Amino acid sequence: MSGLLKKVNWMTLVVPLVSVFLGLLCGALIMLAGGYNPLLAYGSIIQSIFLQPYYAGETIRAMIPLVLAGLAVAFAFRTGLFNIGVEGQLMAGWLASVACAIELDGLPRIILLPLSIIAGAVVGGLWGYLPGLLKARFKVHEVISTIMMNYISLYATAYIIKNFLYTEGERTPTIPASASLASNFLANITQGSRLHWGFIVAIIGVILMWLILWKTTMGYELRSVGFSPDASKYAGMNVGRNIILSMAISGAFAGLAGAMEGLGTYQYMTINSAFTGIGFNGIAVALLGMNTPVGVVLAAALFAGLQTGGLTMQSVAGVPVELIQIVIALIIFFIGSSYVIKWALLRFSGRGRN
Amino acid sequence: MLKKRIAILVACVVVLATVLTGCGSSNTSGSSTKTTAFKAGMVTDTGGVDDKSFNQSSWEGLQKFGKDNNLKIGTDVKYLQSTQASDYSPNLNQLVHQNYNVVFGIGFLMQNDVQKIAEQNPNAKLGIIDAVAVDKNNKPLKNVASMTFKEEQGSFLVGVVAGLTTKTNKIGFVGGINSALIKKFENGFKAGVKTVNPKAQIYVQYAGAFNAPDKGQAIASTFYTQGADIIYAAAGDTGNGVFTEAKNRAKTGKKVWVIGVDKDQYAQGLPENVTLTSMVKRVDKAIYDVAAKTKAGKFPGGQVLQYGLEQNGVGIAPTTKNVSKKALDAVNSYKQKIVAGSIKVPQTDAEYKSFLSTLK
Repeated sequence: MSGLLKKVNWMTLVVPLVSVFLGLLCGALIMLAGGYNPLLAYGSIIQSIFLQPYYAGETIRAMIPLVLAGLAVAFAFRTGLFNIGVEGQLMAGWLASVACAIELDGLPRIILLPLSIIAGAVVGGLWGYLPGLLKARFKVHEVISTIMMNYISLYATAYIIKNFLYTEGERTPTIPASASLASNFLANITQGSRLHWGFIVAIIGVILMWLILWKTTMGYELRSVGFSPDASKYAGMNVGRNIILSMAISGAFAGLAGAMEGLGTYQYMTINSAFTGIGFNGIAVALLGMNTPVGVVLAAALFAGLQTGGLTMQSVAGVPVELIQIVIALIIFFIGSSYVIKWALLRFSGRGRN
Repeated sequence: MLKKRIAILVACVVVLATVLTGCGSSNTSGSSTKTTAFKAGMVTDTGGVDDKSFNQSSWEGLQKFGKDNNLKIGTDVKYLQSTQASDYSPNLNQLVHQNYNVVFGIGFLMQNDVQKIAEQNPNAKLGIIDAVAVDKNNKPLKNVASMTFKEEQGSFLVGVVAGLTTKTNKIGFVGGINSALIKKFENGFKAGVKTVNPKAQIYVQYAGAFNAPDKGQAIASTFYTQGADIIYAAAGDTGNGVFTEAKNRAKTGKKVWVIGVDKDQYAQGLPENVTLTSMVKRVDKAIYDVAAKTKAGKFPGGQVLQYGLEQNGVGIAPTTKNVSKKALDAVNSYKQKIVAGSIKVPQTDAEYKSFLSTLK
């Protein structure tokens, strides 16, 4: 029994690593086919992220919303829900935090900043609550309703900015300094990158998810509903209430991710004509991170590194930026086919024992 | 059996990869690092370098500059693509850190990032298209050359052509994103139409995106069905949908026209020949100019360079096969009036209103 347990743990760690490795390897082969030098390309990523403070800062900066979006997907997943709507919840939270900061300008920093962050979480949570309610009450599948909520959010935020918060450059005005997460100190130690204090919010988010899911009765119920709704119902749990709760908390994480973009990275919100992609990457981050808080952080680090490093790859090794997207897609592809990898690994390890 | 095959396969892949990567690295490690050459770079917005519009035009201008000065395309003269808005800043920084002599940000979406980087790197020389870079006190930044275009002037001229060519007296305008920039196209165009043809009715609709050809096609279909025979598409890739719809109608024997934008889009209207004319915006010329000036040691930092009819920065396309003699003559005379200043082409909705009242 203990042997079996060990084997399973070993597998859960190795499968994502093998997926990443295979993704990078296939990426290297494609680069070779295209006449680029993969060693130089991957080398430039590692070199820039670990040796140049600017890219280190930008990587952590890119990690912040990815971690929170990944937590959002992972949290819903633990309750057996597939939240595709992180993208929309993120935009709703982004706008809410920026609008709150602009409209309530004049309040002291100690009130305005937390209030703006909470505004993002609350509106994001509301955006997740609606599909949760539809699912619990009317059995509307959350995948469909959250996809549609994404479009509603995309165009509703554009409309609101256009009509109520518009300034030159197709965006909202810049938020007041008292609501900003940006910091000169962090920018200075990273050669002027856009690293901001949001990383603390992301860390709190990671701890919060772990606490809620594994250290509270509520979290136990949420996970139990994820394992088996029928058994949970039989045990006397309110399945519908847990579905709604899970979607709302998931949406709140997504809203926080948006608030980080609004209060940290950009200091405003642009009128988006397309999705930001952070929410969708969050799905991959959650999958790669095996829906665990720590896994999400590691997966987000990888994705952020590839994204920031991809830009260096473009300029140093001359590799087109599309290729880095292909590498990311390949990694997701291999995670998706983790069953094949698991099967192959078991065959190999089995042979070793014989 | 199967296990063996997989093992061999994996082994082959690994060996192949290591061998090939080894080859690759030895090839390029020999490239010398020249520091004396002039280097000019640009960062595209999310439209990408092959958007058939201003990113592409900018890169063409920069390439021409490279060729004329014997610079190596891809290293001395280079573009970096952005896949999302958060890429603008790292991309611009990348070129600045690599000591490029001049770095261009293409499009007003990058304004904020260009301003910030210009302030952080006072020695860097930057350029921005379609926006004016200012510091916190709203004063022009000394190390940024801002390049703007008088799109309303060029649009006025294609409006004149449309007003004199229409048979149904109904004309359409399809815009990309409803913004101050595209409003200049719209109001200049409407002013041109109304000046030569006060009876003409103009339909205006915005697709809400620069990359949605399906929406462009849907709007064009509505306009043509309502009786419009000419549509001006100022909508980037969305405008390609207008071309599709016009071609479909031309195939069934209806005579409809499209007016292209940014580049001479005559070829895009073939083989059905639906391109009446195009409003060209010479972003390539602006990029070339500023790069050349920088190389000559006369970087126009802190200046707002306006490219209008006078500088041939905007105008109607060189291909005029489908434009009548009468319309061409009218275009030339209005062009002179605009350059001389006797006609002031409206940019905003308010200016257009007061312009209309002067016509009556």
